[in-house]
Amino acid sequence: MLAIENLKAKIEDKEILKGLNLNIKPGEVHAIMGPNGSGKSTLSNILSGKKGYEVKGSVTFEGENLLDLETEERAHKGIFLAFQYPLEIPGVNTNTFLKTSINAIKKARGEKELDALEFLKLIKQKSAELKFDEKILSRQLNVGFSGGEKKKNEILQMSILNPKLSILDETDSGLDIDALRIVSEGVNSLRNKDNSFLIITHYQRLLDYIKPDFVHVLKDGQIIKSGNFELAKELEKVGYEDFN
Amino acid sequence: MDNRQKEIDNLKDYKYGFSTDIENTRAPKGLNEDVIKFISDIKKEPQWMLDFRLKAFERFKQLKEPNWQKPKYPKIDYQDLYYYSAPKSMDDKPKSLDELDPKLLETYKKLGIPLQEQARLNGIAVDAVFDSVSVATTFKEELTKQGIIFCPISEAIQKHPDLVKKYLGSVIPTTDHFFATLNSAVFTDGSFVYIPEGVKCPMELSTYFRINATETGQFERTLIIADKGSYVSYLEGCTAPMRDENQLHAANVELIALDDAEIKYSTVQNWYPGDKDGKGGIYNFVTKRGLCKGKNSKISWTQVETGSAITWKYPSCILKGDNSVGEFYSIAITNNHQKADTGTKMIHLGKNTKSKIISKGISAGYSDMMYRGLVDISSKAENSRNFTQCDSLLMGNKCGAHTIPYIKNKNLKSNIEHEATTSKISDEQLYYCNQRGLNQEEAISLIVNGFCKEVLQQLPMEFAVEAQKLVSISLEGSVG
Ligand SMILES: Nc1ncnc2c1ncn2[C@@H]1O[C@H](COP(=O)(O)OP(=O)(O)OP(=O)(O)O)[C@@H](O)[C@H]1O
Ligand SMILES: [Mg+2]
Repeated sequence: MLAIENLKAKIEDKEILKGLNLNIKPGEVHAIMGPNGSGKSTLSNILSGKKGYEVKGSVTFEGENLLDLETEERAHKGIFLAFQYPLEIPGVNTNTFLKTSINAIKKARGEKELDALEFLKLIKQKSAELKFDEKILSRQLNVGFSGGEKKKNEILQMSILNPKLSILDETDSGLDIDALRIVSEGVNSLRNKDNSFLIITHYQRLLDYIKPDFVHVLKDGQIIKSGNFELAKELEKVGYEDFN
Repeated sequence: MDNRQKEIDNLKDYKYGFSTDIENTRAPKGLNEDVIKFISDIKKEPQWMLDFRLKAFERFKQLKEPNWQKPKYPKIDYQDLYYYSAPKSMDDKPKSLDELDPKLLETYKKLGIPLQEQARLNGIAVDAVFDSVSVATTFKEELTKQGIIFCPISEAIQKHPDLVKKYLGSVIPTTDHFFATLNSAVFTDGSFVYIPEGVKCPMELSTYFRINATETGQFERTLIIADKGSYVSYLEGCTAPMRDENQLHAANVELIALDDAEIKYSTVQNWYPGDKDGKGGIYNFVTKRGLCKGKNSKISWTQVETGSAITWKYPSCILKGDNSVGEFYSIAITNNHQKADTGTKMIHLGKNTKSKIISKGISAGYSDMMYRGLVDISSKAENSRNFTQCDSLLMGNKCGAHTIPYIKNKNLKSNIEHEATTSKISDEQLYYCNQRGLNQEEAISLIVNGFCKEVLQQLPMEFAVEAQKLVSISLEGSVG
């Protein structure tokens, strides 16, 4: 589904990704761990189409050259990024944002857009599943949300949009123990033979719940080691220093 | 495939920028007593009206053009302008729409304002002003049944002289500031509204101003009187052709609300803003003032200002009657090289008077936006309240936004609250929206409409949708 080959990325003359390779097949869950500043968020930004990077190498998504697509076109194709730092947008009601988002995607796919009632039903169901307080959705998008609420809001959006490839950038950081479990369940409930995940995390605990198929270590702009779940446990013990 | 995108593309260039090729009757160029007499004469005005004009002109000659505003402009040569221009076909006033020059009907159709009977569907009565004359007023009969007068002011001067004499200049006197006084001397046409005691006007009344002729200033005059216990909602729209020259528009609008009456005045101003490099466009120097004359009266101004090269205006309320209420809701948008210096004045004279100011300024491109407002609570205005909220939104790094709230509170029992914010649409916010499937235009539109929804909600339904589109379109291409 996703094939990254020799990906290099620069911003303002600073080289961040230095030849990264990664293959994700449908239905697989990959975890990426790596020290601060190693390029994890940069990778997720490049996959989801943030502008401003000088990119080399190739990225194909379902056989298509992903790098040629606009940010929103990638979203239409089913790429979702749960932001490490979700943005606040004053004045914009969270519900309105969610509805505009899902309908923009449906429209681009030539599907029927949701009317107010259908949207409300969907939102009710999903927020109940994620134990997300619906009242929050009538507030301005992420404005004054607690750190954990912002993260949960990202997962709510993910479950509403049901993406093919979900990239979670440190969604577990800042979550309390209950929220961590709920978020993991949210991910697990979307898991099926078609949907894939790229989960960036610093902690093994999230992976205990999610049980990824693969774990990769990203250091200094490259994937230096790949393995299964056992690799995460090893990392937790020895840290990144010894991985060279 | 994508209808909205198509619509935006169509509108991207100022779609009202066409001009109508029509033969005009003009006053001789320049500003002097003869020209004023010419205007008064062609309008068959009574002597008192001419006297009013001449008095204003005398005063005008002693006034100096103000220069305290932020946006500066090249000196205007007032002798190099035409003060009256009207389609020749209007010389003998047509008695019905059927007699109206087809070219004029076509112009308004192109502007989206069908004057003919299909206008009935919209349920909005329209007065259409083309350069210096009112060319048509719809729904007159229906309104007359309820005693409502809605007609060109030139007609009101002849048919309802008592009302005009009593109220014209009662809110904006002939001794007012430079542009207002100029207007009093040379105003050409505009709308007149009178709502009788106890009548709630059953439909939106609306005036559509169109500048067409070149080298011509537009000086309209609007007078609205809401008698005791009456209600009216009035809308004003405006467009002009694209021209390289700057054209002056200096209107006066006077509102008078008597006891328990309410006037809601909404403006969607979309004069030609000039091109991307700031060439051409309208100078929109307008004086709008409402007098809450009676107790419990209410005047509320709502404006969506997206056009003009320079917008310079402060729709104001004089709260004279006890318990009267003044409101000002404003969205002002400047893009490219547009400039605006706009706001409001709330003058509290009566007891228990209340005012509310909600101003949303959006600047993009190289533009510059100034909110300037005055809240003045006099010593007699006990228990009066003002609430002001001034928000600015910046797009890009090359535009400016400024807020100057003047506050004078001479009454210890009264209270003024002021809140202000400045924010920016960041690339990160846009990226976030894009990642959720919204394209650039949809993202900007969502953010901007969220920013100004408090004001959009104040507009009558039919216009809120239009205004919302206009807001997005005005900011077209301002990011990325
Ligand atoms: N716009 C930029 N200009 C300059 N340097 C940048 C820019 N964006 C990112 N970097 C640098 O690139 C490196 C990788 O950043 P990135 O955010 O991808 O790290 P990360 O692996 O996600 O780290 P963390 O675990 O702390 O979230 C860092 O050293 C960062 O400072
Ligand atoms: Mg990061």
